[in-house]
Amino acid sequence: MNDRQNLIPLLETKGLTKIFGSLRACDGIDLAIAPGEVHALLGENGAGKSTLVKMLFGVLEPSGGEILWKGRPVKIGSPGEARATGVGMVFQHFSLFEALTVAENIALALDGNVPIERISDEARRLSVEYGLPLDPSAHVADLSVGERQRIEIVRALLQNPELIILDEPTSVLTPQEADKLFETLAKLKAEGRSVLYISHRLEEVQRICDRATVLRHGKVTGACDPRKETPSSLARMMVGGEVAEITGAGLGEPGEVLVEVASLSAPARTPFAVTLKDVDLTVRAGEVIAIAGVAGNGQSELFDVLSGEVTVANPEAIRIAGTPAGRLGITARRLMGCSFVPEERHGHAAVPTMSLSGNLVLSRYASDRKAFLTGGWLGLINNGPVAAATKRISSAMDVRKSLVDPPAGSLSGGNLQKFIVGRELDRQPRVLVVNQPTWGVDAGAASRIRQALVDLAKSGSAVIVISQDLDEVFEIASSISVINEGRLSKPEPAATMTRERIGLLMGGFHDGAGHGVDPAEAAHAH
Amino acid sequence: MDIAQNILLTIMTAATPLLIAAIGELVVERSGVLNLGVEGMMVIGAVCGFAATLLTGSPWLGMLAAIVAGALISLLFGVLTLSLAANQVATGLSLTLLGLGLSGMIGESFVGSAGIKLPSLSIPGLSEIPLVGRLVFGQDPIFYLSLLLTFGVAWFLFRTRAGLTLRAIGDNHASAHALGIDVIRIRYLAVMFGGACAGLAGAHLSLVYTPQWVENMTAGRGWIALALVVFASWRPWRVLGGAYLFGAVSIGQLHAQALGIGVPSQFLSALPYLATVVVLVIISRDRRLTLMNTPASLGQPFVPDR
Repeated sequence: MNDRQNLIPLLETKGLTKIFGSLRACDGIDLAIAPGEVHALLGENGAGKSTLVKMLFGVLEPSGGEILWKGRPVKIGSPGEARATGVGMVFQHFSLFEALTVAENIALALDGNVPIERISDEARRLSVEYGLPLDPSAHVADLSVGERQRIEIVRALLQNPELIILDEPTSVLTPQEADKLFETLAKLKAEGRSVLYISHRLEEVQRICDRATVLRHGKVTGACDPRKETPSSLARMMVGGEVAEITGAGLGEPGEVLVEVASLSAPARTPFAVTLKDVDLTVRAGEVIAIAGVAGNGQSELFDVLSGEVTVANPEAIRIAGTPAGRLGITARRLMGCSFVPEERHGHAAVPTMSLSGNLVLSRYASDRKAFLTGGWLGLINNGPVAAATKRISSAMDVRKSLVDPPAGSLSGGNLQKFIVGRELDRQPRVLVVNQPTWGVDAGAASRIRQALVDLAKSGSAVIVISQDLDEVFEIASSISVINEGRLSKPEPAATMTRERIGLLMGGFHDGAGHGVDPAEAAHAH
Repeated sequence: MDIAQNILLTIMTAATPLLIAAIGELVVERSGVLNLGVEGMMVIGAVCGFAATLLTGSPWLGMLAAIVAGALISLLFGVLTLSLAANQVATGLSLTLLGLGLSGMIGESFVGSAGIKLPSLSIPGLSEIPLVGRLVFGQDPIFYLSLLLTFGVAWFLFRTRAGLTLRAIGDNHASAHALGIDVIRIRYLAVMFGGACAGLAGAHLSLVYTPQWVENMTAGRGWIALALVVFASWRPWRVLGGAYLFGAVSIGQLHAQALGIGVPSQFLSALPYLATVVVLVIISRDRRLTLMNTPASLGQPFVPDR
């Protein structure tokens, strides 16, 4: 440990700053990465982690400060220069080209005119060596998220970098895939390469990282050895204050069946979509059913058939409070007391250029016709009640905004999501379906949203939460089901569900191979 | 025999300008830029080619002038949409209007002048072979150039590293930027290539097809070229097929009208458009293949966040 610290850091930043308009995304960052260490960069969404690494990789130009490589100041003006320096990067939102093959994707990141055939061979060799199997001739569009990440890693390794930056690499992986990734990282470290590992998952960081630098609001709030810290001390550095605990207590016995999905199948609508196969799901009043799964396994397709955005041929396939609803559209289902919150905030859940009150009317004009509209068939907007409802929702969900009624797109992701969830909760729906409720939302807003979902179930509604975030799933669900390649596993009580089992289900191991008793059976017994 | 050869010859001549303009636009769209100004660039090429031919006495210099003019006017589109991130649809439409107006002004004094035709290839012996002689060895230079362009573009896009880079930008410009590819510079080059091709296509009209200048002489061919690119799912050989099909039905319906068959002439005039659309829709029914070939970032302005 000591001699490592005596070495000149491989990469060091001094007072690195990036300013976007009036926002100081990174504000005087000091960071030092020693050769052969796995260094964690911890922080909440919006803490400035991604901005920092984009400067290190030459994608963004620093507004101030300097970067030192092996003790010498360097200017990294482009990703090409970063690669030439010895920095490789695996992006969070993959920088892959879906229409191209794996080999073509890799070729694009390499300089010079290497023939495609040679790249295929080299990629295959490296991927086997690091335990990341890849087929160079496959099209990226056909690959799972985990496989896509492998392309990014192999692409970075082909350039033989001394420092590899991984931006939130496990956020899209199953626990088993993540374990494989950690093995790869250990191998890289053993070869003397350094890794800058960006994450907000404390458990992972404690497991694999030698040192950690913690960011909050663009500033360094701590540098430590994560193994000597507790999760809560790390969390405090990350978040600042304590984060409110969600109280799931008080979820009573489930009541009547409100949503019943029976042998629902839906063909994929585009080549990149997922086919839903034989989905069965029963949700009762007072229940929160969480549907876990790795992105791209049919979550949005399931949401679309539940909301009525896509109707199914058999009306009996979906029953809402006993009424066949398979062929009903969104508005008809909303009139039956359902509410929906899609994943995409901009353009799906809200029109970014329209005001909050406008968005409120757009989603609830039919269900709240009496309150919001006037003038009979003319359907004139009743501005007073709409403004009052907007205000009520904003204060109930603590939506922070600079104007009374700003355009939806001007709100930060967390605040807009709070408004969208609040907009649906405000009508006290009997059934709420929400897809990725806290994706990209900061911890404070996320805990508020989760609490609101639990409270809605307590008041006797049925809640379906589709989420990739396992912490969230365990925090709020009364039952958990897993979606994998368009198939839904039987819901199992959250109390008896384990992360390992979810991991297996995510990987497609259905019907509990190796489990003596199917916990779902036990759950249905009472 | 001679009649068949003549009909085939006219079909090829009708298809050539469509093919050249469409191949140029294909490269532009593969890079993720939608330039709706093909018609305008073509008509500028036609008038500049004609004017330069009359002024210099050389149709070869005229052809060169048309190419340069097309590329220059596309540069205007490039500055507006790439450097200033203006809306591509609106800018492209304006370019067509500008081209039609500007060409009318440039060409005013040339209306009615007799033009000089680009000389056709003539190889003693070979060009006189029955049926195929003139088709293979006796055509105008722009025809041969059009085939060379199609082959060259197909090879460039799918066999070279630079072509791969161009397709990558069209698929996802943000990722391309993150990899260090200079998105804007490559799009400029693609746009200017498209402009040069449209200019050459215009030159074919005023130097080969009908060696004279008439206002609006492109008569909507730029729009057909645009449609061909989309219906051919952005693939060069399908563009060639579409262009020849369109040419064949256009010439065929003229002969049918001349023969006076009992079908309304309006229907026959619409037939080339209908036939091309129907055939190309049928061959592009494989949605997976179409989606794979559709440039995903088509028409979206790219502003790097530096």
